Amino acid sequence: MNQQMSKDVVIVNELGMHARSAAKIAQLAQLATADVWLEMDGEQADATSIIDLLSLGCPQGTTVTVVIKDAQDINILDALVDLIKNGFGE
Amino acid sequence: MDAAAKQKEIILKGISASPGICIGKAYQVDHEGVDIVKRYQIIDKKALENETTRFKKAVKQAKDELHDIIKGTSEDLLQHADILETQVVLLEDKMLYGRTIETIEKEKINAEWALKKVVSKVSSMFQDITDTYLKDRATDIVHVSDRIMRHLMGAEPVNIAEIDKRVILIARDLSPAQTSQINLERIMGFVTVLGGVTSHTSIIARTLGIPAVQGVDDATRLIQNDDIIIVDGSGGHVFIDPSESTLMDYMERQIRFESYRADIARDSQRAARTTDGHRVKVMGNIEQPEQVVAVMDNGGEGVGLFRTEFQYLASAEFPGEDELFENYKDVLDVMQDQPVTIRTLDINGDKAFVRNSGMTEANPALGLRAIRYCLKRPDIFKTQLRAILRAAVFGEVRLLLPMLATYDELMFAKNMIEDAIQSLEDDDKEYNRNIQLGVMIEVPSLAMMADVIAREVDFFSIGTNDLIQYSMAVDRGNREVAYLYNPLHPAILRILKIVSDAAKKEGIELFMCGEMAGDPFSLPVLLGLGLDELSLNPQSIPMLKNLIRSISFADAEKFLQKILEQTTCKAVNELIQKEYGEIISATIYPK
Repeated sequence: MNQQMSKDVVIVNELGMHARSAAKIAQLAQLATADVWLEMDGEQADATSIIDLLSLGCPQGTTVTVVIKDAQDINILDALVDLIKNGFGE
Repeated sequence: MDAAAKQKEIILKGISASPGICIGKAYQVDHEGVDIVKRYQIIDKKALENETTRFKKAVKQAKDELHDIIKGTSEDLLQHADILETQVVLLEDKMLYGRTIETIEKEKINAEWALKKVVSKVSSMFQDITDTYLKDRATDIVHVSDRIMRHLMGAEPVNIAEIDKRVILIARDLSPAQTSQINLERIMGFVTVLGGVTSHTSIIARTLGIPAVQGVDDATRLIQNDDIIIVDGSGGHVFIDPSESTLMDYMERQIRFESYRADIARDSQRAARTTDGHRVKVMGNIEQPEQVVAVMDNGGEGVGLFRTEFQYLASAEFPGEDELFENYKDVLDVMQDQPVTIRTLDINGDKAFVRNSGMTEANPALGLRAIRYCLKRPDIFKTQLRAILRAAVFGEVRLLLPMLATYDELMFAKNMIEDAIQSLEDDDKEYNRNIQLGVMIEVPSLAMMADVIAREVDFFSIGTNDLIQYSMAVDRGNREVAYLYNPLHPAILRILKIVSDAAKKEGIELFMCGEMAGDPFSLPVLLGLGLDELSLNPQSIPMLKNLIRSISFADAEKFLQKILEQTTCKAVNELIQKEYGEIISATIYPK
């Protein structure tokens, strides 16, 4: 398959993406078979690493792009978008 | 500084992280050793593999240690446990864990040095971030690596839980894990170099009610073990070796602060009257009998809402009449002559349904719940009514019916109460039928019929949570629409006005037991509406009583007229802010 896919989503929670939310993303992304990236303003971070995610420094209201490198991770993509969209369940 | 002082006192300035004052001996938390890391080269392949294994083992130990702390975290601090969970995930983050192993292998160096190198690189990534919240969060990474480092080097951390004297903690930083181990009988307060108002550590300090100053640059360098220090958590100052006069001054301030805190609690036992003498009763909401103690301690003048669902949901079978009776009697015995408002079963339709028929409802909030369920199941309802009527012999019981939508339902429920009375009569049981009957105003259709309903009951109790949900057609759990959920929406205020007018016209009492009742910002409006009683969670009673005492009833009535002229939430909020913002903040967040 190996087809790259991506979706845009807005960070809605008041505190932006912080350590706890990044941990939730990383745990989900670690289930993917191929690489998962989060992109913001041309910078990208490895979605399986909390530290890398935090280094993006996404405050509330920023749009991030979730990228999967393999189309078979589509469920992970959807789950990540839902997670972010719902303010990380907080 | 006092010129007559013999000692040379040093004043350090920091950020006020948690208010209060403490005076005592300093205790340095930071263990030595972790800061001094040696670098050495490893050439032997076998020894290099050993380095990797040592690192992995240290991470494993750090992880076990964190899990232990999470397990031992007390109820009060449970909300902070997820910060620690995050640290567990961080331990194995590839940019920390993976990179360190790579560095050991590539550069052929010892694990300590490799970890130090990786961490300083990661930390520098966060240097550029301007967001204070994120910067605070980046300290999690430092905590995690310190923990690994301690295990690598075999350095023993100071276990805060094991400190056996009364001290003030001094540390470069306290992790949430360390802070949650604080024993209130030993630790008087703390001072840290890092951290700020938004740090987790300061949040915990405020939860525990101990003074703390953070962001004190030279704290660990200048303060020695056993130094006498003053921590002024309100002003954000730390005094080392204070002069006699400073000491006297702060001892006095400490007494004032503590008596202020005690005053609020003690004052709460007295009735709350507005500045012009209008009395408003403040009651507590409870779910289980044990909670009445908190209502009494906080100066609650009765139970404004006793939710009875717990007994029904806690066990596999519905409770019997005697079991319910004992439960209600327990509460009445404690409250003695003060009123206890027992709300009949407000069970969520599908919960009861699943148990009995295996069916689920598509829309439980609009389905078979509360009084609708009880009227369908007279057996269950009658059992509870009998228990309440029997318990009423032992105190001042009020019967509250939830979720009524129509006049018919009220008539039906009244008939069932008569049935229950008749059956108690037939069984020759002791009971008391002289109890006040009231309805929850939480379905808009009943609010619109308030004029008629008011002739049939002794009181109204407004349940704002559901009233707002049903009036605005909004599920506040749904983030997309949660913004519509606002107790101060002009539409909600108009409904409250209708209900209040109806209650006044028929001369019945008007209570409120929803979250709005405990919201300081809504209080001027509620006073203006003429609420006779407000019922809220017991812990907030002292605060609300205090606030009632600082507002004039006559002013609030006039103010309500202005509020009702507003057309948007924003305008209502701005008006309250303008007229009452200062009074509210001075009462709730005293200097």
